[in-house]
Amino acid sequence: MKNNFLRGMSHGIPIFLGYLSVSFGLGILCVNKAGLSVFQASAISATCLTSAGQKAGIDVIAAGGTIIEMILLQLTINIRYSLMALSLSQKLDKSFTTPHRLIASFGITDEIFGVCSAQKKPLVPAYMYGMIFIAAVGWIAGTALGAAAGELLPASVSTAMEIVLYGMFIAIIIPPAKKQHSVLFVVIIAAALSVVFKYCLPFISEGFAIIISAITASVAAALLFPIKDEEATE
Amino acid sequence: MSLAVYIFVMAGVTYLIRMVPFTFFRKKIKSRFFRSFLYYIPYAVLSAMTIPAIFYTTHNIYTAVAGTAVAIILAFLEMPLIVVALAASGSAFLIGLFL
Repeated sequence: MKNNFLRGMSHGIPIFLGYLSVSFGLGILCVNKAGLSVFQASAISATCLTSAGQKAGIDVIAAGGTIIEMILLQLTINIRYSLMALSLSQKLDKSFTTPHRLIASFGITDEIFGVCSAQKKPLVPAYMYGMIFIAAVGWIAGTALGAAAGELLPASVSTAMEIVLYGMFIAIIIPPAKKQHSVLFVVIIAAALSVVFKYCLPFISEGFAIIISAITASVAAALLFPIKDEEATE
Repeated sequence: MSLAVYIFVMAGVTYLIRMVPFTFFRKKIKSRFFRSFLYYIPYAVLSAMTIPAIFYTTHNIYTAVAGTAVAIILAFLEMPLIVVALAASGSAFLIGLFL
């Protein structure tokens, strides 16, 4: 139990560092754009744990938007978590009972999902808790620090920090893409579709664009390169 | 509209999106097609999220391209996640100093 928690925490250190820097920018945004206090900014990060969703939510708050707008926006941007949750639900150990699922689902973020789905063994609750714990600490602390001291940091540093999490995504997808042609195919198709959405169909929101691109690429790969049984149990 | 209502709605919607499939989906999926789909979806999501968004992260195309290139090379060499992530940021920062 304890070992799994610590293992989750250690696997979560890159996420912690990435979140610390990304949420720093979010904290700055909360203060500068929406006029929130340090406490209010931290409360958003503590309850939501979603970078793109929070960024969009802060925009709605700053603009005094409607609740319907907030709901639709969060649904669109964050619906990808449903796919991730579904995918992770297939990797759970028997010890993952309903109460554990209710708690751990709070922490399914892009990065935690990425690292968890790269694990070979079935996931146990303590492992996910360890990772979620350290990631959430980074996320909340970064937001608070950013809100408190944002403007003191030179722009050259804060903008360079924005790339950290994307660097981690690249580190997750490249090694398997190197080894399996099917994964390389998925990565290229998804990226190409995402580019098409961005430049040719800009009226489609970023959240929807990601979902449609990812589903299309995965369906194509599932039809062309169905997995063998060993891969599914990995 | 009070801020508490906004935050409550944001948090509630985001939690339900994650909780419902994670908690109520208990069966092992038998369909080979659907299992293949779920195997590929993480890579597809991460890829679609990264490209082209990564090129806008640093507010400057040259530093973003430098950071991306460094990340791809180090990831290809299978360096640890944290090394790849920080090197991407570090190289974007260094290139930024010269622009």
